[in-house]
Amino acid sequence: MIAQILVDGVTSGAMIALGAIGVTLTYGLLRFANFAHGEFSTWGAYAAMVIAAALGSAGEPIGELTFGWHLIVALLGAVAFTALLAVALDWLLFRRLRRHGNAIVLVIASFGASLALRSALEFAFGPQPYYYTREIAMTVRLAPGMRATWDQIFVLAVALVLMAATHLMLAYTALGRALRATSENPDLARLAGIDVARVVRVTWLLGGGMAAASGVFLGITVQLRPTMGFELLLPLFAAAILGGIGSVPGAMLGGLIIGIAEAAAVPIAGAQYRAAVAFVVMLAMLLARPRGLFGARDA
Amino acid sequence: MTGIVSYLLFFTTIALSYGVATLGLNLQWGSAGLFNVGVAGFAAVGAYVAAWITAAPAESHWGGFSLPIAVGWAGAMAASALVAAVVGAVTLRLRADYLAITTFGAAVSLQLVALNAQTLTGGPFGIAFIARPFSALADRPLAFAAANCGLVVVVSALAFWGLERLTRSPWGRVLRALREDEAAAASLGKAPAKFRLQAFVLGAALMGLSGAMQAQFFGFIAPDNFLPAFTFQVWVMLILGGSGNNVGALVGAVVVWGLWTGSGSLVSVLVAPELQSRAAALRVVAIGVVLAVVLLLRPRGLLGERATVSRHLR
Repeated sequence: MIAQILVDGVTSGAMIALGAIGVTLTYGLLRFANFAHGEFSTWGAYAAMVIAAALGSAGEPIGELTFGWHLIVALLGAVAFTALLAVALDWLLFRRLRRHGNAIVLVIASFGASLALRSALEFAFGPQPYYYTREIAMTVRLAPGMRATWDQIFVLAVALVLMAATHLMLAYTALGRALRATSENPDLARLAGIDVARVVRVTWLLGGGMAAASGVFLGITVQLRPTMGFELLLPLFAAAILGGIGSVPGAMLGGLIIGIAEAAAVPIAGAQYRAAVAFVVMLAMLLARPRGLFGARDA
Repeated sequence: MTGIVSYLLFFTTIALSYGVATLGLNLQWGSAGLFNVGVAGFAAVGAYVAAWITAAPAESHWGGFSLPIAVGWAGAMAASALVAAVVGAVTLRLRADYLAITTFGAAVSLQLVALNAQTLTGGPFGIAFIARPFSALADRPLAFAAANCGLVVVVSALAFWGLERLTRSPWGRVLRALREDEAAAASLGKAPAKFRLQAFVLGAALMGLSGAMQAQFFGFIAPDNFLPAFTFQVWVMLILGGSGNNVGALVGAVVVWGLWTGSGSLVSVLVAPELQSRAAALRVVAIGVVLAVVLLLRPRGLLGERATVSRHLR
């Protein structure tokens, strides 16, 4: 029982962590809570569905997975598409509002963008759920009382690789250093010759791309619905706050903690209150340690 | 003719009930700079409490005390104020965008409770047959609509008048001073936390009243009435009308509710029945785009906040 909770919690936690990377990066860099971030996951998931449909299907299943190469190609396409979507949204909306100076106006705008993006998808595809494939997911016994589907294992492995790559990029490349420096102090970074506009673009590309991957993974392991990303929003914020705003390793760890907490709460409070768990954990963190696990700034 | 008149009366009734929530938000955001993304949650608390107090006893939900509607509305305001006091005590010391996230989380959690605590709230089916004001007039539609409309006009006028008095009073000046420069106001001996909490609680009480009025005028509530889209509508009303301006809040409520119901009728006339639920989604896209355009092109809204200038400088 407990082992099974761990499996489910870690898989959904990995998806929360992927989304939370973008939330914490944009929050740290641009100083605003982006309520539209969950929609990047939804748009990514649906983009992958459209690409897979254009290729004919999700492809001949590879091994014990429920999908094949087509969906993997679709994943890459969806990541690219959503990364560009995030940049486009910044260019159309947030960039212009940043000039006015008030960060809270950005939050209102992102709230509006979130509703518009979600409703546009609902208009195009309707409210009903979709699945990438109708194949039956095979499970494997990892330990006594602990089963996972091969899809879950695949998703978890890819998510971990993506997170590790993001961390290495931020920690060791020149671009990563520029990003961290700008997040720390935009004016000093500009003085040091960093192209801040480029750093902002990279942040949106990275955040949008990771969110898209988490959306596709949700689509593989659960289903696609127009509200899937919006329901992810509270866990995303909770993970970012838990880890400390601006801290990417913090967001990853926060995501895993939220995922496991949600899975652990299901037998106690029931699955219908799952979304409230993230809220409770977040509130406890804000009361006990507002700067989060690894954060440098106070709330 | 009577059809159009009673429709206009009903339209005004609902638009002004939103207007009361917008006035509450204007106190929180326009005056005090508190970023509340949980309007729907506070309205939901008010709506359910009013329904429990005033509805007849029923198997499907808790409450049903058949008490007068005035008691229901007072109870609704008190309950929303209480919830706001708890949420505010925890979150108001945080930075503005954290307040946004936590109020959003509170509203989502409250909506989950409304949806799942079936024995209390009737679950997804909500509460029906809520007592309506002036039900003695129900067989004369025009008089019924006029009486309801008159009631909501009186209530929103009272709220408007009270808020105008408050925002012009020293108390309102302290709120605006805190919004503009917290350190300066605090150095003059004004306790930021205390004033913020008062504004937050009072604003939430108005949101609760707005929810209660809607419960009473529709006669039916369900968790779906209090999705984040509700919060968003109220925000668009305030931003479009002009935040910081109580007249603007009411004008924004009427204009946005007009656009919303107007686009709804347009959809029902122009779009084939099987596509209507999809077309309804387009209305939300449209209202989101309206907000973005207003923020970009006219950030002060239709009316905007009047500059407060010392009479010695005029």
